[in-house]
Amino acid sequence: MLPLLRHARYVLSGNLVTGLAFGLFALFLFAAILGPALAPYNPLQSNAAMALKPPSAAHWFGTDQLGRDIFSRVLVATRLDLTIAFASVVLAFFLGALSGVAAGYFGGWTDRVVGRLADTIMAFPLFVLAMGIVAALGNEVINIVIATAIINFPLYARVARAEANVRRDAGFVEAARLSGNGEGRVLLGHILPNIMPIMMVQMSLTMGYAILNAAGLSFIGLGVRPPAAEWGIMVAEGANFIQSGEWWIALFPGLALMLAVFCFNLLGDGLRDIIDPRMRT
Amino acid sequence: MLTMLLSRLATAIPSIVGVVVVTFMLTRLLPGDPAAYFAGLAASPQAIAEVRTKLGLDKSLPEQFVAYVGDLLQGNLGNSLSTGQPVTFEIATRLPASAELTLVALLLAVAIAIPLGVLAAVKQGTWIDHLCRIVTTVGVSLPVFFTGLLFAYVFYYLLQWAPAPTGRLDIFLSPPTHITGFYLIDSALTGNAETFWAALRQLALPAISMAIFSLAPLARMTRGSMLAVLGSDFVRTARASGLAPRTVVFTYAFRNAVLPVITVLGMVFSFLLGANVLVETVFAWPGIGLYAVNALITSDYAPVQGFVLTMAVLYVTLNLAIDFVYGLVDPRVRLDS
Repeated sequence: MLPLLRHARYVLSGNLVTGLAFGLFALFLFAAILGPALAPYNPLQSNAAMALKPPSAAHWFGTDQLGRDIFSRVLVATRLDLTIAFASVVLAFFLGALSGVAAGYFGGWTDRVVGRLADTIMAFPLFVLAMGIVAALGNEVINIVIATAIINFPLYARVARAEANVRRDAGFVEAARLSGNGEGRVLLGHILPNIMPIMMVQMSLTMGYAILNAAGLSFIGLGVRPPAAEWGIMVAEGANFIQSGEWWIALFPGLALMLAVFCFNLLGDGLRDIIDPRMRT
Repeated sequence: MLTMLLSRLATAIPSIVGVVVVTFMLTRLLPGDPAAYFAGLAASPQAIAEVRTKLGLDKSLPEQFVAYVGDLLQGNLGNSLSTGQPVTFEIATRLPASAELTLVALLLAVAIAIPLGVLAAVKQGTWIDHLCRIVTTVGVSLPVFFTGLLFAYVFYYLLQWAPAPTGRLDIFLSPPTHITGFYLIDSALTGNAETFWAALRQLALPAISMAIFSLAPLARMTRGSMLAVLGSDFVRTARASGLAPRTVVFTYAFRNAVLPVITVLGMVFSFLLGANVLVETVFAWPGIGLYAVNALITSDYAPVQGFVLTMAVLYVTLNLAIDFVYGLVDPRVRLDS
C-alpha cells in the first residue's frame, strides 16, 4: 500500500491537473452531501415578483422564469445528478464485472452469450439506445439509471473478460483451485479482487459519460420531471430564454454539468496514471 | 475482393438480428398496455381493444415477432399517432436533414482532429501537445446541447453573425429543388448561391457543436498512433537516410498511423448519432432526432421505435463500411481474409 501511496503522491505532484481534478471532486462531493443544507433559498419555491432577474448579490446566479433561485437549484441538483451517475456506474460495474469475469474464466458458451449480448448493445448508437430504453420502461429516474448502466455494460464486460482471461491460468489461481476452493470462490475471492484497480479506473472514466448521458436524457424530457432541480432539465428550461437574451438560466447549470464531467474525465486519466503507469499519456 | 465483401456482410447479420430483437423487446417492455399507448391517451376501451387486434397484440409473443419482422421487411414501421402518416415515410423525408448535419460535423471533426493529433505527436511535449490534450478533454466534457445553446447565444443573440437557430433554412427562402435532399449539394447543383450560403449559415453552429464533441477520440487516436509509428524502426531508418522531415512525417509515418484512426470512426459515429438528437432539439433542426423527441413528448411510440431501429441499422451499416474501408486501406487485412 505504501509504495502505491508514494506513487500516487509522485503522480499528483507531477501533474497539477490531476490535483486540480481531485480538488474539484471534493467540491462536488461537498455540494452533493451538504447542498440542500447550504442552499440560500428553497430550490422549488417560486416567486413571480422575482422572475427572470439577472445575477445579483441576493441571487448569485439570477432567477428563472418562476423566480426560483438558480444558485440554490444548481447546488441542490448536484446530489441528484451525481447519484444517478454513480448508481448507474455501480450497476454497470456489477453486471459487467461479474458476467465479464465469468466469460473470461469459463470461456465456452458463457463467453459466447456475454460476448453476443455486449455486441448487440454496441450495435446501437449508445445514446439512442438509452432513449429507447427509457421511453419503453417509463419516465422515471430509476430508468435513466438502468438505461445508462445498460449502455455502459459492454465496456465493463469487455475489460473484465480480458483481465480474467489473462489470469485464468496464473499461479495464484491454480493455487487457490488446488487448495480446494470452488469455482465461484476462485472467481469472486481471487480473480475479481485482482482486477479491481482496472475496474476502478473504468468506473471513474465512465462516470463523466454517465453524467452527460443522464443530463442529455433529461434535457429531451426523459426521466427527471420538472420541477425537480437537475442540471439537464434546467438547461432545457433555460433554452427557451436564450433567444431573448436571458443567458443565466441555462449557463450556470450547464457550467456545473460541464465542470462535473470535466472533473471525472481528468480524474479517470489521473487514476489510470497512478494504477497503470504504462498507459500514461 | 468479393469474398472479403461477403464475409464482412456476414459479420453484420448477427448485429442486425440483435438490433431487431432488441427493438421488438422495447415495445414489449412498455409499462402498462402497449395497445393503450398506441391508441393514444383519450382512447376508449373499445378503441384500445381494436388497436390490440390490429397490432396483433392478442397473439403469442413468437407470432408477434414474426409479424413484426414481416412488417419490417415490407418497410412498415407503423403509423404516427399525431400526424397519421406512416413512420417510414416521415423518417425517410427527415433523414437527409440529419445525414447532412452529421456528415458535415464528421468532416469538420476530421479536419480539426487529424492535423491536431499529428502536430501534437510530432511536437510532443510542447504547447501544441498540451493544447491537444486540453481541447480533447474539454471537448468530450462539454454537453453538446449546452455548447449549442452557448453558440446560439453568442453568435446569434450577441454578435448576430449567425441566423436564428430555427431549422435548416431561413423561412423567407424556399428550399432548393429536391435532388439528394442535402440542401448544400442541391443548391450547389442548381447554382443557387443565395440558398447555398443561407443553408451553410444555418448549418454552421449545429455542425460545429457536434464536431467539438466528437473530435476527442479522433485526435487522441491520431496522436497515439502517430507517436507509436514515429518511434518505430522504419521511421528511424527513413530519418537516418536523410529524408526530409516532411517526407518522413507525411509519406512514411502518417500513412501507417492513419489505420487505427479509421477503426475509431465507429465510436465517433456512435457519438455523432447520439449528439444529433440533442443538437437537433436545440437548433429546431427538422431531422429524425427532433422527430423522435417530439414523438416522445406526445407519447407517440411508433416513431420512437422506428427512430431507434433506423439509427441502429444506420450505425451497423456505417460500421460495416468502416470495416470495409479498413480492409481496402490495409493490405494485411486483405491477405488474412
